[in-house]
Amino acid sequence: MLSRVADSIYWLNRYIERAENVARFIDVNLQLMLDLPAGTTEQWAPLVDTTGDRVLFQERYGVTTRENVVAFLTFDLDNPNSIYACLRAARENARSVREIISSEMWEQVNTFYLMVRDAVAQGRVLAESHTFFTEVKMASHLFVGITEVTMSHSEGWHFGRLGHLLERADKTSRILDVKYYLLLPHVADVGTPVDDIQWSAVLKSASALEMYRKRFGRIRPDQVADFLMLDREFPRAMHYCLVQAEESLHAISGSPIGTFQNLAEQRLGRLRSELDYAQIDEIIASGLHEFLDAFQAKLNNVGTAIFETFVTVRPVTDVPTLVQGSQMMRTR
Amino acid sequence: MLLRVRSGLMQFTAYDTDGFFDEMFETDGRPRAGSALLVQRIHGLPQGELLQRQRAAEQALLHMGITFNVYGDEAGTERIFPFDVIPRIVEAADWALIERGLKQRIQALNLFIDDVYQAQHIINDGIVPAFLINSAKCFLRPCVGLRPPRGIWCHITGTDLVRDRNGQIYVLEDNLRCPSGVSYVLENRQVLKRTFPQVFEASRVRPVDDYPSRLLEMLQYLAPDSVTSPTVVVLTPGLYNSAYFEHAFLAQQMGVELVEGRDLVVADGFVFMRTTKGLQRVDVIYRRLDDDFLDPLTFRSDSLLGVPGLFEVYQAGHVALANAPGTGVADDKVIYAYVPKIIRYYLGEDSILPNVPTYICWDDTERRHILANLDKLVVKAANESGGYGMLIGPHASAAERAMFAERIQAAPRNYIAQPTLALSRAPVIVEEHFEGRHVDLRPYILYGQEIYVLPGGLTRVALRKGSLVVNSSQGGGSKDTWVLAGESHAC
Repeated sequence: MLSRVADSIYWLNRYIERAENVARFIDVNLQLMLDLPAGTTEQWAPLVDTTGDRVLFQERYGVTTRENVVAFLTFDLDNPNSIYACLRAARENARSVREIISSEMWEQVNTFYLMVRDAVAQGRVLAESHTFFTEVKMASHLFVGITEVTMSHSEGWHFGRLGHLLERADKTSRILDVKYYLLLPHVADVGTPVDDIQWSAVLKSASALEMYRKRFGRIRPDQVADFLMLDREFPRAMHYCLVQAEESLHAISGSPIGTFQNLAEQRLGRLRSELDYAQIDEIIASGLHEFLDAFQAKLNNVGTAIFETFVTVRPVTDVPTLVQGSQMMRTR
Repeated sequence: MLLRVRSGLMQFTAYDTDGFFDEMFETDGRPRAGSALLVQRIHGLPQGELLQRQRAAEQALLHMGITFNVYGDEAGTERIFPFDVIPRIVEAADWALIERGLKQRIQALNLFIDDVYQAQHIINDGIVPAFLINSAKCFLRPCVGLRPPRGIWCHITGTDLVRDRNGQIYVLEDNLRCPSGVSYVLENRQVLKRTFPQVFEASRVRPVDDYPSRLLEMLQYLAPDSVTSPTVVVLTPGLYNSAYFEHAFLAQQMGVELVEGRDLVVADGFVFMRTTKGLQRVDVIYRRLDDDFLDPLTFRSDSLLGVPGLFEVYQAGHVALANAPGTGVADDKVIYAYVPKIIRYYLGEDSILPNVPTYICWDDTERRHILANLDKLVVKAANESGGYGMLIGPHASAAERAMFAERIQAAPRNYIAQPTLALSRAPVIVEEHFEGRHVDLRPYILYGQEIYVLPGGLTRVALRKGSLVVNSSQGGGSKDTWVLAGESHAC
């Protein structure tokens, strides 16, 4: 597979997943505001922190009102992480590999993009926000499903899967980080109805509330963190994402899990095994925020290593490593 | 004659050919033999049905993302290529003539290009002036002495044909440099098969769907002899090229990689593509990149789109390029004027398909005639394509004509002029009725082991009322082209 193509499929999937997560953050916050006691100030700043674009937001808007934050995160094309910008980037990537992905996938990305573009143009984002954000989530799910059943599960598909799983792990860690940081200081609130509502909202934004209830029943902050970080079966949990991502990474090179042939495999394997043996009380004791922050940095390094291993252009003066027919030689 | 048509019920009763040659109707209003079934079917459709089918077709094209890019248009650089669901029908006898004429023309043009870059007999025998070749923008000096694989230069051609008022078919342009549009032929057909399934079946329309396999077969035929299973790629300038959709489509249909210049690298005298598992050798490149941009070491040094060192590998015979670099010399519109002579010189035959009469601006007598008749003529730049750099005298303002007169006098070699043809028309859906619009026809010809003419082609429509410009970049649309099977074709 062409290196450029692998890179585009990877980013196509990251951008779709990113758009979905941004929609989740906003939608849940909108729902949450409805449940807060009258007179409570609306909390919109943490949302900007979740996506990690505080500085850009301050420059462009200043005040964290609902309108500003929704505009910034949904349709501001100068914010590269807004839903609209993500869809535009996803579509550009899809266009550049449309002969590799299935026609159905391309049509879904295109339809998804047109839907967001039209919603922005018609001012539907604020007027019918819940409907809009639900549509974004569903369009993303549809894309993932279409990819699953229409594209051969070969190299290109694994790069795509790697893209959306790493993105999802990152976003789950961010939403947890921001909420935990924001909610935990008020120890007195633990167990109050407001607290319950807040933590339910965290779970809901990862579509995790029902699955959490099945596993833990009552809502407790440490168990919420445990579920979103370390659960091996919930598809938006960080641990689950890494286990699956590692499978794809090794399917690409063919090397067995537990060994490594390149930097990407080494870094991802190390990070995954950290979560394999982690325990939530230890993490909380030594600082949840620090742990999540380090996790995000390491995840970034995995992304860099993937790029360096599979995409970076090797200098022309190198002796070419030939691939002919079935006789394939590894690059590293 | 203009009759009101009841809303939604679309009939041809009010359709007027306005004295033009109509592709669907005789002058007395009867449908032509091959179109009778279709007309009958349309008349039998329930109210509103045809419009609904037109909308369904447009919707399908939009969601398939079948678009093209327009240069110099910031707002909407990507557009849907307008499509009209009424097919243009070409009867078997007409097609037989077209096919024979195109094969003859391509064969002669290939011999011409080969000669021009080698012995130059045609110049030495005084048929084409040396000055004309040497001043042709697309005559590439690095190609002199080159012998492309299997002696073929123009592997893929998209000749533009037009019909005038009395139905005579002419060749308008040869388009030997990576002509685009064939993807629309294939996609339009997919859409139309759904739009008129019964008529399609009953009309015995010749299929076009095997074009990608034939293209791949032709490309593989060009590979160096030592290679048993050649790797073919399509080379695109990238996402922002106006025909990017087509490049991707053809690569996908052939099952080969679509590459950009940055994906290719030259090492040890061969061309390789960069893959996630290392470098892989490439044997045949269907390039959709202009000659100038192919290799910054040989051609334009500022090209970021090409592959440094590619031309050297090509000269050594380690990679094949389609079309061959330098082919554009036969695409020069002044050389076009010589094609009838070229055919006679190499094949000893009269041209089966005539040229549109063409005046050459650098000939003093002809230039005087041109300048005196600018209001009646179409002036074209010798080296432009896509409808850019063109003056349609009768539709132009006095200022535009004066500007062209100045340009012609400053650089007569760069212009030709032709009479404004009363192009044939075909009915299109305009709101809730039919109106005639001017059309041309671009069939596609592949030159591999033998010359193959795809039975079909792109019918381009000038959608603006009265307009003669059919180019997609200038507000043109398209129709599916149905070539009917004759007695000799099993369908």
